[in-house]
Amino acid sequence: MSCAPLSVSQLRFTYPGEHHAALDGIDLEVTAGERVALLGPNGSGKTTFVMHLNGLLELQNGAITIGDLVMSEDNLREIRRRVGAVFQDADDQLFMPTVRDDVAFGPANLGVAGDELDRLVVETLERVGAGALIDRSPHHLSGGEKRRVAIATVLSMSPHLLVLDEPTSGLDPAGRRELIDLLVSLPQTQMIVTHDLPFALQICPRSVIISGGRVVADGPTRELLADTALLAQHRLELPFGFDPTRV
Amino acid sequence: MSGAHAHGSAVDSLFVEAESAVHGLAPEAKLVALVGFVVAAALTPRTSVWAFGVYAVAIWLVVFVSHVPVRVVLRRLAVIVPFVIFAVLIPFIGGGEQTQVLGVSLSVDGLWAMWNILAKASIGATASIVLSATTRVPDVLTGLTRLRVPRVLVAIIAFMMRYLDLLVRQLGRMRTSMTARCHDPRWLWQVKPIASSAGALFVRSYERGERVHQAMLARGYTGTMPTLDRRPATAVDWSRAASLPLVAVVTLIVAVVL
Ligand SMILES: Nc1ncnc2c1ncn2[C@@H]1O[C@H](COP(=O)(O)OP(=O)(O)OP(=O)(O)O)[C@@H](O)[C@H]1O
Ligand SMILES: [Mg+2]
Repeated sequence: MSCAPLSVSQLRFTYPGEHHAALDGIDLEVTAGERVALLGPNGSGKTTFVMHLNGLLELQNGAITIGDLVMSEDNLREIRRRVGAVFQDADDQLFMPTVRDDVAFGPANLGVAGDELDRLVVETLERVGAGALIDRSPHHLSGGEKRRVAIATVLSMSPHLLVLDEPTSGLDPAGRRELIDLLVSLPQTQMIVTHDLPFALQICPRSVIISGGRVVADGPTRELLADTALLAQHRLELPFGFDPTRV
Repeated sequence: MSGAHAHGSAVDSLFVEAESAVHGLAPEAKLVALVGFVVAAALTPRTSVWAFGVYAVAIWLVVFVSHVPVRVVLRRLAVIVPFVIFAVLIPFIGGGEQTQVLGVSLSVDGLWAMWNILAKASIGATASIVLSATTRVPDVLTGLTRLRVPRVLVAIIAFMMRYLDLLVRQLGRMRTSMTARCHDPRWLWQVKPIASSAGALFVRSYERGERVHQAMLARGYTGTMPTLDRRPATAVDWSRAASLPLVAVVTLIVAVVL
């Protein structure tokens, strides 16, 4: 498994029929293997940004490069293989009748078949600690189980860049800790959208704050979270009693 | 949310968990057996009363082998009640030759028609109940694919099942939130919020559909569902499953020839 750098420049996007730009000139460089947290208030454009990374929203303005691939219509298929996106709502991510089929869906689309596909599915589920769920129906799993399987559905495509939109939402503390262990163990470049600031601090050395569709801060997570004025300005709040300088 | 989980899915709820020879058969073999059996029963002349006896014995044998509780099968047979009601009316309204039963004049043709509907509906329904109780929906879909049913068609059925489930749960959540806000529609003039929530339900489902489609695109979907076939039916599966329609076809032939 390899990992790829990400480069975004002057990304602008306005939803059809809207007046306000959801993304208003995003510039971002992420090196291979880096784990970056994407922070920002509700409606700041995080999900919109994430949707751009595997071409789910058409590029209106600006450029995105993943590894040596430039985002374009021709490269879309390869880009979608390299970028594994785990969406905010796991119910959207899981749509096949069984966990096995859901994890197999991506690689099967890429032409993997037969015993190789079976092996890949089993291995990937083991990797995320969900081996026992293989024959279950995905929509009857608990929130934490769904999240694991959702991650497995993209890991099975051996992506170079993992993009996760609010992976900790709805997880209990143990589920959250297991997710942390899993993400830290993965070699891929990771872009993690989250409202959970202690989570960001724990696993992402670097954070980017997006507000109003722009990057308003980019630096070491510990420093950003220690800047109370910056956080307050962008509606970010640490949990009561949490001191980022003392973790 | 957890409440909806506890109720399980509307779709998988027909499956009865058990270890049996019927559960273990490959789904495509079961599908073919079901169709063969039901078609044979449907083609049987209604006057061959004994033939329906054979069908009933055969399908109930399968029920016993499948370990599906008898009361479950009987309860599910309630789906044919509308047919039953319709059928028992026929002898009263039918014309032609009449016969006296307990002092009531009934049409002979009507009685035969009633028998025909009751016998075929209950045998067909019992067979379908056995299939649905011993085969999970995903397996039925796999079976259909292996039987060369066009993949697009199978995908449509699969998504219909999936969305039906999400829709029912979505509706459940909306009802809960309405009830939590003290809305308790008991009378017709109180249903307006339910009616307008149908609109919201549609919009939500539509948006969900969009998001699922995007999730599929993100994983390399280009318009055709990948084949995920595993463990196709073996000769043993086929021969075991064939026993039911075979009995039915032989019965049918005898019934027609006699
Ligand atoms: N499908 C859409 N059509 C029109 N506008 C949209 C659509 N999706 C999002 N927006 C708008 O774009 C802006 C950015 O939304 P986005 O979902 O990217 O925010 P977000 O940072 O992910 O927020 P959250 O933290 O709540 O998930 C918001 O103003 C939102 O109202
Ligand atoms: Mg979002």
